[in-house]
Amino acid sequence: MSSEPMLSIDDVSVAFTDGGGLFDIFSDSETVRAVNDVSLTLGEQETLTLIGESGCGKSTLGKTAIGAQQPTSGTVRYRGQDIWKARNDAGSASIPFDEIRSALQIIHQDPGSALNPNQRLRTSLMIPLKQWYPDLSREERVERIHTLFEQVGMSPPDDYLNRYPHQLSGGETQRAVLVRALLLNPDVILADEAISALDVSLRVEMMDLMLELQELFQTSYLFISHDLSNARYIAEKSGGRIAVMYLGEIVEIGSVDEIMENPQHPYTKALQWATANLYDDGGDATFPLRKIDVPDPTDLPSGCHFHPRCPEAREVCQRQHPERIYIDDEETNYARCFRADEQHEYWNSPEITSGSSVDSS
Amino acid sequence: MSNTDTIVEVSNLDVTFQMDRGQSHVVRDVNLDVARNETLGIIGESGSGKSMLASSFLNAVIDPGVSTGKVMYHPEDGAPVSVLELSDSELDRFRWEEVAMVFQGAMSSFNPVTKIRTQFRETLQDHGRDIPAGMDRAHELLESVYLDPDRILDSYAHELSGGMKQRALIALSLLLEPDLLVLDEPTAALDLLMQRSIVTLLDELQTEYDLTLVFITHDLPLLTTLADRIAVMYAFNLTEIGTTDELLYNASHPYTRALLDATPDLNVPVDEMSIIKGSKPDPVDRISGCSYSPRCPIADDRCRSEEPPMMTVRDAHESACFYYDDAPDAVPISAAPDERPSSGRTTATEGRDN
Ligand code: SF4
Repeated sequence: MSSEPMLSIDDVSVAFTDGGGLFDIFSDSETVRAVNDVSLTLGEQETLTLIGESGCGKSTLGKTAIGAQQPTSGTVRYRGQDIWKARNDAGSASIPFDEIRSALQIIHQDPGSALNPNQRLRTSLMIPLKQWYPDLSREERVERIHTLFEQVGMSPPDDYLNRYPHQLSGGETQRAVLVRALLLNPDVILADEAISALDVSLRVEMMDLMLELQELFQTSYLFISHDLSNARYIAEKSGGRIAVMYLGEIVEIGSVDEIMENPQHPYTKALQWATANLYDDGGDATFPLRKIDVPDPTDLPSGCHFHPRCPEAREVCQRQHPERIYIDDEETNYARCFRADEQHEYWNSPEITSGSSVDSS
Repeated sequence: MSNTDTIVEVSNLDVTFQMDRGQSHVVRDVNLDVARNETLGIIGESGSGKSMLASSFLNAVIDPGVSTGKVMYHPEDGAPVSVLELSDSELDRFRWEEVAMVFQGAMSSFNPVTKIRTQFRETLQDHGRDIPAGMDRAHELLESVYLDPDRILDSYAHELSGGMKQRALIALSLLLEPDLLVLDEPTAALDLLMQRSIVTLLDELQTEYDLTLVFITHDLPLLTTLADRIAVMYAFNLTEIGTTDELLYNASHPYTRALLDATPDLNVPVDEMSIIKGSKPDPVDRISGCSYSPRCPIADDRCRSEEPPMMTVRDAHESACFYYDDAPDAVPISAAPDERPSSGRTTATEGRDN
């Protein structure tokens, strides 16, 4: 195995021209920068958690990371091999594109969509196995599926394999989809809001299962969520990092401790506010944003993209775009906010007082 | 509770569906009072019957479901209304002018092919309201949910983000000045930040428009920031009810405690988080005794044979558990502080009379 990281993403941007529907209100045909100049690495068995609001680009970044979306610029490499080079210039590739795609699997937001509603589970699961491993005999395929079902606690397997998707509970569907992703023995699983549709009380159980399987199958996870408490659970249990995305950028990335105990970016703090704890004393009752809605992504705000909503914004934030300000010596963890830099002119810049659209008094 | 304080009185409510494999009983003998101007939260997992209970407030259980029992609505002045006995035309009026709803599903959503302005106007027209005055109110309502009124009214629903749409729906639901707003998972499909923002807004709206809110969700942390009282549904029954503080610090039903303990909490060390063991009951197979007994750690023979009635734990706090006194010790909650903060929690509703 090479010393290359499992996945490395360098200066990746993804732009869409006039995406259908989602942002129609804003324009007819303009470019949305879904992902803007993001660099990341994901190591063996590492877990990286991406959080942010819908439309922040986390799903697009996730898809780009597993080769399901081609970046507009920048590179995505799997074990050192540029994924899109492998695809477009197969001759030069040390790892074939097909192999890369099967090593990078996804579990969707809507887990049910991965299962054909008109097929029994057995059929839905046998097909990809047959496609990727044509050499396996039918018995071997069945055995592989059975073993996995036992491992995810769906036992006896035949009971479940004979069912149609609508005959499964939410948790069982999740498990079946997890099995489907694991069948191909992937190196990386992208879990895109994979547990958000479950009842709160089932989420911890599902996350535990995912982590257990991570150890068993030695996979890396890219875990996407809009819920900081899920992100924190996964990240803390797996020792992974949390990256916060806002309007296409990673605005803060750090260890669980840094993000939870000492968030640098006001947006990270807003996400924390949104993750209400049962036993908080409610001391943090003030609304942490100046505006409720995310601005038009086809017309990004000047300066810091967060400034129209940021409760800490000052004049300089309206005109200067914050670079990465590293908060550790290895330069892996950073925040894109002037407040992380004690020397920054921000601290002498006049406060913005107008434009507040929400106060929760 | 005297009638002047109570806006809705639910008694002996049952909701049943006739299914191929037998009768499905999705709400069982629920008794519940909603106080005027309170925010009552109803919490339960999916399939607990909580949405059916909510629908019954407006007699909106869909066919072939049948609600039986009594739902009495007490208007501020005038005679009480027996909701389950209203005719279709009476219901039409009742549903907008007395009780309005924002449901998650298709029951309350915008028509995709007409502008939102048209839908506000039609609602006014259908109820014989003065259009200019009503549209003024529409503007005011949209502003109070932090939307730009003209931009929203000139949009089609698909042009709005989920959070904008949901806020516009809330504004529409308040157009005909209802006193009670029933919200069934109104924010479930949205980002947490938007969910929490909307809950903050609802709290402001309640004060501004003198509303009573019934908020149904499976999301306990969200609910506790808003609700004055919380009712817990488990397996088609009401299992516990009390003030938010009582439920957080003195939950007296093993299910409520398990639910509290299973709720992800940023302050709880990850290895102390737990799950509720066992699986949810089926609405067709009737469990004898307490419906939670198959999953309950302290269940005994009595629990498995006799059905526990609602019992008073202390004022205005009731639990349907024979051993409500033992529940706190038997089912510890890792996130709960040892002592209840003396000042109580500051919910968003702090300072309002209720
Ligand atoms: S740079 Fe300025 S506007 Fe941006 S997050 Fe920091 S304080 Fe807020």
